Amino acid sequence: MFNFDSSKLDLMGKRKIWFIVGGAVVILSLLSLLVFGLNLGIDFAGGTIIEFSFAEEVTTEDVRGVLTEVGIAEDATLQTTTEDEYQGIIIRTGELAPDEIEQVENAVLAEFSGAEVLRTDMVGPTIGEELRRQALLALLVAGLAMVAYISFRFEPKFAITTLATLSHDVIFTVGIFALLGREINTAFVAALLTIVGYSINDTIVIFDRIRENMKLYRKMPFIEQANRAVVDTLPRSINTSMTTLVAILAIYFFGGAAIRTFMLALFIGLAVGTYSSIFVASPILVSWDIRSKAKAKS
Amino acid sequence: MRYKQKRRLKIAFIVGVIALAIFLYSFYGINLGLDLEGGAHIVLQAQETEGRTIDRETMAGIVSVIERRVNELGLSEPVIQTEGSDRIIVELPAVDNPSEAIQTIGRTAMLTIRNPEGEVLLTGDRITDARASYDEHGRAVVSFQLDREGSREFEEITRMYMGQRIGIYLDDEQLTNPTVQSVIRDQGQITGYANVREAEEHAILIREGALPVPVEVMESRTVGPTLGAIAIQQSIRAGLIGLALVALYMIFYYKFPGILAASSLIIYGIVMMGTLAGLQAVLTLPGIAGIILSIGMAVDANIIIFERIKDERNSGKSIRAAIDAGFKRAYITIVDANVTTLITASILAYFTTGAVRGFAVTLIIGILVSMFTAFLITRSLIDVFSQSSMIQTEQSFGANRGVQQNV
Repeated sequence: MFNFDSSKLDLMGKRKIWFIVGGAVVILSLLSLLVFGLNLGIDFAGGTIIEFSFAEEVTTEDVRGVLTEVGIAEDATLQTTTEDEYQGIIIRTGELAPDEIEQVENAVLAEFSGAEVLRTDMVGPTIGEELRRQALLALLVAGLAMVAYISFRFEPKFAITTLATLSHDVIFTVGIFALLGREINTAFVAALLTIVGYSINDTIVIFDRIRENMKLYRKMPFIEQANRAVVDTLPRSINTSMTTLVAILAIYFFGGAAIRTFMLALFIGLAVGTYSSIFVASPILVSWDIRSKAKAKS
Repeated sequence: MRYKQKRRLKIAFIVGVIALAIFLYSFYGINLGLDLEGGAHIVLQAQETEGRTIDRETMAGIVSVIERRVNELGLSEPVIQTEGSDRIIVELPAVDNPSEAIQTIGRTAMLTIRNPEGEVLLTGDRITDARASYDEHGRAVVSFQLDREGSREFEEITRMYMGQRIGIYLDDEQLTNPTVQSVIRDQGQITGYANVREAEEHAILIREGALPVPVEVMESRTVGPTLGAIAIQQSIRAGLIGLALVALYMIFYYKFPGILAASSLIIYGIVMMGTLAGLQAVLTLPGIAGIILSIGMAVDANIIIFERIKDERNSGKSIRAAIDAGFKRAYITIVDANVTTLITASILAYFTTGAVRGFAVTLIIGILVSMFTAFLITRSLIDVFSQSSMIQTEQSFGANRGVQQNV
């Protein structure tokens, strides 16, 4: 069982190390974003996806041949998918009109017996732009409301620290996705929101303990109050992230293709969220406190 | 004696909650979204033309035309609604050929007047207006007006087909086939309606077909029934495996209380399904994501409570006192953590649409249910077993008092 002794484990004293790690993580993530860019899926960039499943073995060249025949989406990106339940091919291309989609479907269905249309997604460019605007606006307002609530229940500096921690988590997750070249779709946005939710949760649980320690051990310096809070909540942090990550891994492997990107984002985000509530949020608070006290003295 | 009574009350409470949830679930069932059930989701946008601006009347007209087409396709439980000033969202569950349906729905309406042989006599663009009204006998009618060119042509037509039936067609479907009773120039009436509502319905369709507003398909998403079924099956399998692993971990770490936590998680699952059914919420893939997040938070609430109880126990309190103090202290933590997430989720639900909104709504429901199960169900379960030797043992809640004594 996990039991830690806060008098022996001095996490806050080593905060310089955590700041260097955190800073490096943010800079590398931003660099990765800058260098690789985001692979925007059709939800944001607009375009069409048609996915077929086949009863027989069909290669991307076979499907490309059909596309060339009907003269639609000849420059499409084709990708094979293999699932337990079926094997299929995904066609990705620009925006198609409804009748073009139907022509492609009919041509493929006619060419390969036992073929089936699994799904079609067509998103016009305006929708993607709106989605982006909506998501950003919602995140902004949610951020402000959160700052207000945490300032009210704790102190403003706790609120601002929480925001900084969340930014760290989101930037890291987005950076990893840029690095991996994974597609950014609505599910990814939902994953980011989930990560934000978990990260707030994690950070507040530790802050709650710091708040309690501030009342319980009035004479203790803040750095010790914080260290004690972080170390005492470590078993909870470990158990919560273990159980959640185990559940996410199960869903990643058994939940099917539709949900895999979402689960990958969640896995990365939750791991970094747990890390940051310990090694980013609390150290910032400690340094903030030390600086403001030094200022007050001088 | 008092303890026994309380214990009975608590058992009754738990059983009651489970029974209510199961009742709601079996009575209402869970509404599956199009991504799970299969179907088509289409967003259309009305395009302004020289002749017509987009206003509420125009939109009502377009919706009527689309409703008519959807009915002709014989699709069950369609949802057709306007969004914003110029958008229409059409949802068609369980449609066999979604691409064809989308094409039919997105087609521009076309009104024609045809002779009994089906030849087109006049196209709808000659009609300038159509309204429901009453004639001098008080019967419900559709009054329509023609432009100058149309008046000249229609005069000829009505003269030629006097006493015969002519058909008014929207697209290729006949709306009505009135008998020509008099020569009509610039104004006419169609009779034969049972009430003014019926006449109003046709007036809207005639107006819409006469001066059609083209619609553009902005977004369309279709999921075949196979993929939907696979998605459900995979979600359930993954959810069960995930839940089982979490339960195993909890039992391994917290011993007997872990079994209680696992039971309260299962009860959480049942209550969540019951609540979703009772609220008639629509479950989508992003919605499942919201549920997963809230399951995580439900587990977390249990862990926070147990860790607190363990701390209290390690500080030397008796098991009953430790449970009381542990819950009391965990309340504040859990409420603060969950309220912050609730705020975020509520704002998301308010500001966004579609997938993100579906996620936020189930998350809100999930957090509320998880707080309910943590505070009431887990608490009751632990109270019910608090006298049992399995909770009284030194190792339960992962406490290390016994270990320290041995060292």
